[in-house]
Amino acid sequence: MGTTTTIERNQEAADKGQLVEMNWDPITRIVGSLGIFTKIDFGKRKVAECHSTSSIFRGYSIFMKGKDPRDSHFITSRICGICGDNHATCATYAQNMAFGVRPPPIAEWIVNLGEAAEYMFDHNIFQDNLVGVDFCEQMVKETNPGVFEKAEKTESPHAGVHGYRTIADIMRALNPFTGAFYREALQMSRLTREMFCLMEGRHVHPSTLYPGGVGTVPTVQLFTDYIVRLMKYVEFMKKVVPLHDDLFDFFYEALPGYEEVGRRRILLGCWGSFNDPDVCDYTYEKMTDWGRAMYVTPGVIIDGKQVTTDLVDINLNIRILLGSSYYDDWQNAETFVKHDPLGNPVDQRHPWNQSTIPRPQKRDFAGKYTWVMSPRWYDKRTGDYLALDTGGGPIARFWSTALAGLVDIGYIKATGHSVKIYLPKTMSLPETELEWKIPKWSNAIERDRARTYFQAYAAAAALHFAEKALAELHAGRTKTWNDFKVPEDAIGCGFHEAVRGVLSHHVVIRGKKIANYHPYPPTPWNANPRDIYGTPGPYEDAVQNTPIFEENGPEKFKGIDIMRAVRSFDPCLPCGVHMYLGDGRVLETHHSPMFGMQPSQP
Amino acid sequence: MPAHAAAPYGQITQKKPAVAEVHILWITAGLGCDGDSVSITAATQPSIEDVLLGAIPGLPKVHLHNPVLAYENGDEFMKYWYLAEEGKLDPFVLVVEGSIPNEKIKEEGYWAALGTNPDTGQPIPTTEWIDRLAPKALAVVGAGTCAAYGGIHAMEGNPTGCMGLADYLGWGWKSKAGLPIVNVPGCPVQPDNFMETLLYLLYQVAGRAPMIPLDEQLRPKWLFEQTVHQGCDRAGYYEEGDFASSYNSHKCLVKIGCWGPVVNCNVPKRGWMAGLGGCPNVGGICIGCTMPGFPDKFMPFMDEPPGGKLSSTAIATYGKAIRTLRAVTNHTINKEPKWRHSRSQLTTGYQPQSY
Repeated sequence: MGTTTTIERNQEAADKGQLVEMNWDPITRIVGSLGIFTKIDFGKRKVAECHSTSSIFRGYSIFMKGKDPRDSHFITSRICGICGDNHATCATYAQNMAFGVRPPPIAEWIVNLGEAAEYMFDHNIFQDNLVGVDFCEQMVKETNPGVFEKAEKTESPHAGVHGYRTIADIMRALNPFTGAFYREALQMSRLTREMFCLMEGRHVHPSTLYPGGVGTVPTVQLFTDYIVRLMKYVEFMKKVVPLHDDLFDFFYEALPGYEEVGRRRILLGCWGSFNDPDVCDYTYEKMTDWGRAMYVTPGVIIDGKQVTTDLVDINLNIRILLGSSYYDDWQNAETFVKHDPLGNPVDQRHPWNQSTIPRPQKRDFAGKYTWVMSPRWYDKRTGDYLALDTGGGPIARFWSTALAGLVDIGYIKATGHSVKIYLPKTMSLPETELEWKIPKWSNAIERDRARTYFQAYAAAAALHFAEKALAELHAGRTKTWNDFKVPEDAIGCGFHEAVRGVLSHHVVIRGKKIANYHPYPPTPWNANPRDIYGTPGPYEDAVQNTPIFEENGPEKFKGIDIMRAVRSFDPCLPCGVHMYLGDGRVLETHHSPMFGMQPSQP
Repeated sequence: MPAHAAAPYGQITQKKPAVAEVHILWITAGLGCDGDSVSITAATQPSIEDVLLGAIPGLPKVHLHNPVLAYENGDEFMKYWYLAEEGKLDPFVLVVEGSIPNEKIKEEGYWAALGTNPDTGQPIPTTEWIDRLAPKALAVVGAGTCAAYGGIHAMEGNPTGCMGLADYLGWGWKSKAGLPIVNVPGCPVQPDNFMETLLYLLYQVAGRAPMIPLDEQLRPKWLFEQTVHQGCDRAGYYEEGDFASSYNSHKCLVKIGCWGPVVNCNVPKRGWMAGLGGCPNVGGICIGCTMPGFPDKFMPFMDEPPGGKLSSTAIATYGKAIRTLRAVTNHTINKEPKWRHSRSQLTTGYQPQSY
């Protein structure tokens, strides 16, 4: 690194500005524990540096060793308290592969219906009860009173559909607990959780999932109870999508340049969701084909181009790096899997070969500062270890599905450049077609917008799954579970989309026991620290260089633009992002040799 | 005319609560998953907004400080923690979610922390917060099995030596108001079970209810005195000796892993939410997730529980014998495994290479 030029550049920047240390620890309204530590240039109104830290370690990969592999979905569900069922489901996918069992079709439809309800619930509560507060009257008045005044005078373009006349009316409705839409969304999040419980028993740690299928009893009543609730949600989404479009479009209009908030290079990963039981046999050998048959298409998007849709390719190029995390390296530890079942070599830094060796220590932002490791995707074309993000899930799912152009089920069509979603007539609203179009940026607003559209996508997909399930039921095919034997030795992997993005589980079985188990949820992908090569994690990267639009100075600074940037990723760290507003201490008024660089990193 | 005479006649039924305002400080920074905080947003009996917006008569005004739901961030959020420590946020109820790591087994660093110490710049361990706040709290509540007894993260071979609140504070611990720790186990906690317990405590604070009735494991008696099996609508199949041999069945699951006959939990009876869902009643084996012995004493989950064979065979002769057998098992699983303790050694079986 050209140290001299960096210092000169930084010197210049710092001369004009005023670098202030601003920290938020904990960041609230997310799941888990997260701290965001920044240096802000109030002269240039820009974030100069950001570190993301997580303050909790539990050790799943350690205490699962030696346990019965049939227990893995019950155990790993407990990783996450809002999308635990995504873990349980992903674990059963990995079990199915390792045990060589293919569930009956109706079981797969039941799991798909449960997981669709999870997306409907979770995106809903996160968007409108957690993220929504960043856009509510109270918050906007406290951070950008000028913007609120403008909102009072701005008519909502879709007021006729959602009923909120002005943008300020939408903001008022989002006030926590007292806002009408806040409470409506909270209530709706219960209805969708009821739908979830119908299929998977309990929220958020399911009771009825097993390797080989489900214990849920498929009856006419089960699907009736689900569908009547689903249609209420469909009606709700017909209002909610235009409501959010109005709100988000207003921010672009009221604050020119807002597209830079939380913006980073388009580096998105999606591991695919909703298996098609007609194609998916859970064998590794056919994973490329059944991966492409998923109802959300897996893929890696680099600078707007889809470089793969192949789950085998995706799997083999996952690398877990260290650099700033509280662990010892495993480079010389045991190699559990030398080759995959297709004969491809498996890297020592792949989750199948990872050994987790915790080393608790003091937090040092120039050294080790978090319990999160740094997952990367190895781009074999360039040799880069890419810090892919999930954009909180939906933006990556849409982007991948849209470009692949494979999904076409009547309710949903991927066009190659957009995704069309068809919602049938509901009690008070006519049939509606929504279209998510590939945006210009991977930024905070577009991550949030995609979340709303994906709620409609999940509902539309559920309509299809319910039809398929009923067809099985009507044909008398009600068997929900197939028996299996736990093999002496095996490996397995599961690929799924947790609500907030990519999820994979990687298991090695020896002597009928778990020899190694490493789950990779979305938040390690998003919340990770600088890796051994000095590449910052996506939160850090997205927050660095985010412009500051907040009207408050350092004394009353809330960091709302940073909050919107971080929350757009839907942080879920039962590990953590804490942002704490320090005392507004001015670090350097004239120059800062440390500014914008990491001299300790190679 | 005196002002009170103008009040509506019915108002004489409305006594002012003994305490006007109560704060709830909710720590999610144990070793958990935030699943209990998420769970309470599903509750409707009562709902979180019923309690916060004063929709239930006779309660004090309630201020909730929970990181999953809070408006404030960072220091603005942590302000309440410091106020409580200084005795300026009185009275408050401390809710702990997640199991309590053993910070004594290593030389430096932390397993779980909340906020940053302004003097050192280092994270403040969750245990330190419990030490600071528990003596000041009106009541301490363990939300979910992790906080109550250790739970999944206290599984054999765990690296953090984590434990339940009572292992940490002591089983005989009492708050300054004389309340024992209140545990509401469940993984996660059943939404209405938690909110109903909280409502009871608020009534107690308001002077409208006697001391909360708890059992030996510090659970509210009215929620946990019955077993899963006693509330399960598949128990009729058990009575007829008609058992499921695969998960593809609507019959009794005891022969394929269900621990319902010996587990204290009301979920099949109450449902998960709105009376829907549950565990064995909807095809999911009971893995004992409310119990002090969870998870170790129930693993591997998908095998028939030991002793189950005897009971389910003996069902033909019925009655007293079965109840006695079940009482023995129930006693065992109502105890935590021996490695959950606050001593400065790690005895979970994990051999750390470096702490």
